[in-house]
Amino acid sequence: MTMLLKPFSALFAFATLMGAPVAAQQPTRASADLVEVYVKGTWKAPAEGWQARIDQDETQRACSLSRNQPTNAEFDKLLAREKATVVFPADGVVLGKWQDGEKVAQIGTGGQFSDSATGPRGGNCYACHQMARAELSYGTLGPSLQEYGKIRKFSPADAKAAYAKIYNAQSVLPCSNMPRFGHNKFLSEQQLKDVTAYLFDPESPVNK
Amino acid sequence: MRFLIGLCWLGLIWAGSATMAAAQVTDATEKEIEKYRAMISDPMANPAFLNVDRGEVLWALARGTRNVSLQTCDLGEGPGKVEGAYARLPRYFKDADRVMDLEQRLLWCMETVQGLDTKDIIKRRFSGPGVVSDMEDLVAFVAQKSSGAKFAVSLAHPKEQEVYAVGEAMFFRRSAVMDFSCATCHSEDGKRIRLQGLPNLSKPGKPAQETMGSWPTYRVSQSQMRTMQHRLWDCYRQMRMPVPDYASDGLTALTLYLTKNAEGGDILVPSIKR
Repeated sequence: MTMLLKPFSALFAFATLMGAPVAAQQPTRASADLVEVYVKGTWKAPAEGWQARIDQDETQRACSLSRNQPTNAEFDKLLAREKATVVFPADGVVLGKWQDGEKVAQIGTGGQFSDSATGPRGGNCYACHQMARAELSYGTLGPSLQEYGKIRKFSPADAKAAYAKIYNAQSVLPCSNMPRFGHNKFLSEQQLKDVTAYLFDPESPVNK
Repeated sequence: MRFLIGLCWLGLIWAGSATMAAAQVTDATEKEIEKYRAMISDPMANPAFLNVDRGEVLWALARGTRNVSLQTCDLGEGPGKVEGAYARLPRYFKDADRVMDLEQRLLWCMETVQGLDTKDIIKRRFSGPGVVSDMEDLVAFVAQKSSGAKFAVSLAHPKEQEVYAVGEAMFFRRSAVMDFSCATCHSEDGKRIRLQGLPNLSKPGKPAQETMGSWPTYRVSQSQMRTMQHRLWDCYRQMRMPVPDYASDGLTALTLYLTKNAEGGDILVPSIKR
């Protein structure tokens, strides 16, 4: 908690130094309890089964409180905890069919209150990443993944690491913006394999 | 540390020429998008001005158990004063002892001034085929009376400070199956989702000013005029969160945080967007 108040304390000190009157106007951070009161008031009666979407797990809470900038100690703790959650396929095969992986990368629906429960569900990779050269409609929130497998010489160890990253991005980078697709059970194991193949299959347009 | 690990994971090896080619594609794409924005940004052809006109009629319409209009409603600048009110909202209202955004205040006036049952009004909060929204129309009317003004919300009252601080925290609050918060998309400069530019709303500045100063807006893709309440509803939909309650204090907190970051920005509404 002391950590949290630091940026604001610094601001106060700076403002005092400058003799600026803004210090009186600069509010301190809201307590977590107060924020949760407002959250409850914003979703008073969520549809059945949706309360879990509002409630935070420990990692979501830690990243929120640190504004996605965990201290070094927090970072190590989060990294260890998230690493322990990664489940690799029982058959040890992390590569599926890249053609199906492309669909996972393209599809942006699934899990929204406007989506049907049985409709298409994808990882929406293109919302944030550049992948195949031919697809120009890509976002830039995440790094470019063009030639991802090729750059890594299609190394099986790197493919396994990519699977882990997609399964739980925070097992590699705590408080990453990227969803924990496997850990949160948003994508199926088959989808995770397929999208890993989209990155690592030499025939995938990502590597062309 | 985060950045370094991120870089390792990327292992990004760019040839200089590839970087340049990609930048050129991005520039050309951005230019095309800009052209499209300029094309649709014609106030004379903006259907949202119909909402403004309907809102003006609704403002003056006597209804409710008291059969009076909203013309004595105090939006913060004094009873009946509409000019410039939107530029200072959300704000603290002594009579309600709450910080309210425009929608909350309009509902409050309907209930207390007019004695109007707002159940049906809230049911029609978002327009659609065959559904006209009184709230969208009234917001269009009131907001347009601040067009040309600059955002100037107050954080003088302790309740305003509290609500602002909650808004800041909610902006960064991650949850649901994608671990998203508002900050996931809106805390870095110059980012895109697919081809759509993402304003950095996490700090004071031009992106926040331009964003907040252009709502309410006519959404061409939806063929309807939308307010910030709808924008936040849509953001939470994409964040895989449940439907947020209309005119709830949490949405007002977010709106105050965002409007504070838009401080000094020009209000030019209703605008027209994709």
